[in-house]
Amino acid sequence: MSDLETQVLIIGGGATGTGLARDLALRGVQCILVEKGELNAGASGGNHGLLHSGARYVSNDPVSAEECRLEANLLRQLAPQCIEDTGGLFVAVEGDDENFIADFPRLCAKCGIPIREISRHEALEKEPGISEKLIAAYLTEDGAIDPFKLSLENMAQAQSLGCGCLQHTKVNGFEMRKNRIEAVHVLDAESGRQKRIKVDQVVNASGVWAAEIAALANIPINMLYSKGSLLVTAHRLSHRVINRLRPPSDGDILVPGGTVSILGTTSVRIHSLDNVRPTIPEVDLIVDELAEIFPSLQEARYVRAYAGVRPLIQSQERNDDRAVSRGYAVLDHTHDGLENFTTITGGKLTTYRLMAEKTADLVCKKLGVSSPCLTLTEPFPSPRKGKWTEPGLSSRVWLKESAPRKPILCECEMISEDIIDHVVETMGEENETLSLKAVAARTRMGKGLCQGTVCGMRVAAHLYEQGILQRDQGLENIKAFLGERWKGERTVLWGEQLIQAGFKEALYCGLLDLEL
Amino acid sequence: MANSDPLKCDVLVIGGGMAGMAAALFTANRGLSTVQVGMTSEIVFASGLLDLMGVHPIKEKKVWQDPWTAIDSVVGDLPYHPYAHLTKNNIKASFVEVLSFLEKEGLAYCREENHNSRMINPLGKAKVTYCVPKSMWSGVEALGKKPPCLIAGFRGLGDFSARQIVETLQMKWPNLRAAKIPFPDTSHVNELFTGDILAQSLELSVNRKKLVESLEKHVGDAEVIGLPAVLGMHHTDEIISELEEQMGVPVFEIPTPPVSVPGLRLNDAFIRGLSEKGVKHFPQSRVVKVGREKTEEFTAVIGHKPVQTIVLTKRIILASGRFWGRGLYADRHRIRETIFDLPVRQPENRDQWHADNLLDSAGHPVNLAGVEIDSLFRPLDNSGRPFFPTLFAAGSILAHNDWMRMKCGSGVAIASAYGAVKASLPLA
Repeated sequence: MSDLETQVLIIGGGATGTGLARDLALRGVQCILVEKGELNAGASGGNHGLLHSGARYVSNDPVSAEECRLEANLLRQLAPQCIEDTGGLFVAVEGDDENFIADFPRLCAKCGIPIREISRHEALEKEPGISEKLIAAYLTEDGAIDPFKLSLENMAQAQSLGCGCLQHTKVNGFEMRKNRIEAVHVLDAESGRQKRIKVDQVVNASGVWAAEIAALANIPINMLYSKGSLLVTAHRLSHRVINRLRPPSDGDILVPGGTVSILGTTSVRIHSLDNVRPTIPEVDLIVDELAEIFPSLQEARYVRAYAGVRPLIQSQERNDDRAVSRGYAVLDHTHDGLENFTTITGGKLTTYRLMAEKTADLVCKKLGVSSPCLTLTEPFPSPRKGKWTEPGLSSRVWLKESAPRKPILCECEMISEDIIDHVVETMGEENETLSLKAVAARTRMGKGLCQGTVCGMRVAAHLYEQGILQRDQGLENIKAFLGERWKGERTVLWGEQLIQAGFKEALYCGLLDLEL
Repeated sequence: MANSDPLKCDVLVIGGGMAGMAAALFTANRGLSTVQVGMTSEIVFASGLLDLMGVHPIKEKKVWQDPWTAIDSVVGDLPYHPYAHLTKNNIKASFVEVLSFLEKEGLAYCREENHNSRMINPLGKAKVTYCVPKSMWSGVEALGKKPPCLIAGFRGLGDFSARQIVETLQMKWPNLRAAKIPFPDTSHVNELFTGDILAQSLELSVNRKKLVESLEKHVGDAEVIGLPAVLGMHHTDEIISELEEQMGVPVFEIPTPPVSVPGLRLNDAFIRGLSEKGVKHFPQSRVVKVGREKTEEFTAVIGHKPVQTIVLTKRIILASGRFWGRGLYADRHRIRETIFDLPVRQPENRDQWHADNLLDSAGHPVNLAGVEIDSLFRPLDNSGRPFFPTLFAAGSILAHNDWMRMKCGSGVAIASAYGAVKASLPLA
């Protein structure tokens, strides 16, 4: 067992974990982040991509509402490259709760959230897809944020400042002595080797797995799991974030995601974190609900659906030195007998920076480090790692290129050979195992209309020609890649998308015998 | 230009895919005046291989050497499979008729009558099939004997990686070697050009000469050479003979992913040959609606105004395909047949259409959905009786046939078209 050593071990590579790594690194604290899968494998990789103005929470969670307002403003200034400042539109249609509508402006004002009422005519002009049955419309400051880019950029800067990042590395034990964790045991899934990391402080930022991790330290955390499903359309249908103006419910929000639109969401209580997937009843519910404010959603083409799980901590009576918000919880486990163990969980993507700040404050206090938090003022450096996750970027780059063009491997997203080569190179530098699935996660490969039909073959062929895939690895790679796409496709296979899926099966099974 | 006079014919074939083409061939060969309507079909995406029956039960992934005993087994276990309505002699006869037609059109096929064959596919697997284009047959033989073999791919044809094929097959075939050679026609630099452009280029002898020069650098001790299936559009057999003479070894084509040249060749052969037999073909057209007159004739409206044709016919063979061909259409809740609104056998709701895993060994229930027929290939109405005495159905629109997993697509298309045509004959 080889030993590593660090000041702070961060468990979990989502927005919170990577945000925390950046915050600590900027304060000059040495840290290592371990992630059992790939960055954003949890809720950070399965959400709506919504930068909340806070307007949605004014009725049921005004504290979160204000936090969102402040954080969204900050992120717009400091991380503009991860954000599309689309603006938002809250819309009510005939039959929606009129008292709620009447109360809305007052509640927003109370939280300091700027909104502007517009006429029916102006709303239809600004968003032609809105239902003619609308009875109220308010402009807000909601926007769209790319969570993959966000985490990749957070981590990239943290690494440039000396932070380590170990993906495919799972925590499987704590070495505890008296009231401290001395070391953390981790398993490197790729090499199969156990590693031991000597630590000063440990932060559990593992999202829905927080209870599982805490259990390794014999600390019980009562967690509930709420699944939320989302759908992706083939084309972008609205300019702005469109939100139902009614008490928050399922199927309320339509968010632009670059070249597509994302619809959601649901909240289904689940009891197991295994095999979390959207279901057909959820998909149908979301389409039916949102079609009430945006009718073209009934006939729209959907490319895929996905689900994320929200960790909810059951509230407990406690002497509070945790940041108080119904959204997130910072748990200082000194109360549970371990003075160098902290859990941060819950919250929203929009407030990840604040969560990281609160956690870093606590951890630095324990370390005796007095540097201030710099994430309030430090802008993100210019983009590097997260670049190719931006929707539409590949096509724009390809079009602009004046040099002789490299062949296109993914036609739906216009990803050329040299983008794939660049991603492969970057992954090599970071000692990431190369697979079709991993390359796809760093680009938009497979996320377009054909859901991997064309690019699956072409990228596999290219990786063989480059000597990266050998023997019959291509078969397992293609199976894993297509299997991943399938999780998202299955619930939206009707109309055109069913035709595409049939074509894909005809190619991969009918001709290529992939299933045999 | 409006066509005001209705067109009269003995039979209207709806569909331009394998079943539609086969049906039009069978009716034309029997002297029935035939009109055929269809869009560019799945044939252009086909590999060129013709499957008869390969895998059953699909859940066990049992691969059969003898397709005919496989069919016996299928029909015994699945009494509603389209093959259950045909005798083996009829299935054999249907293949003989199609293959001899294709041979006359310059597209010779090879097979072992009572045996499936294995052909290399782009993933490097040995795919089980029945009829193989002559241009690929040396590959079937090589896969059996495993001599030293060179597989060469072209720079720019990104779908085909010789290295992938060799790496995957090499464990079973150690004497396999890969090479990547420049495409002889250098006027398409740095593009990912498609197979049909390459095939047209190789119709020119100047390009073939350069190909031979490239291959000579790599051939070494290889006793057979495999190339992607782009060896000419219309003179493939001659081109291959010429290459074999110059290289001194057999040369074979390997199927490529779609759009595939052998598929285009098949499509061309059918269109050309059927036209010569007097089949009136409306390409890139759909039947918009069909009505029934008191005279027990069908009135079919083809296309949209102002370019619209009315066809009057006594019998229709519906070979309109599945979702791709728009023969079937699925909304969020159910699947319907798009021309006659025939009852479609289907799972109870969309949640049951697909398994949780793409490659689930049992396949996806939606693939078994389709139009149900009687023993005369007539679609049934809701009470289980023929929807109309002279309406017949053939091909992938038929229920109870997971052709993608059973590897019987072409077989069901050809044989069911034969069955439908034969059933329609007594009314001539």
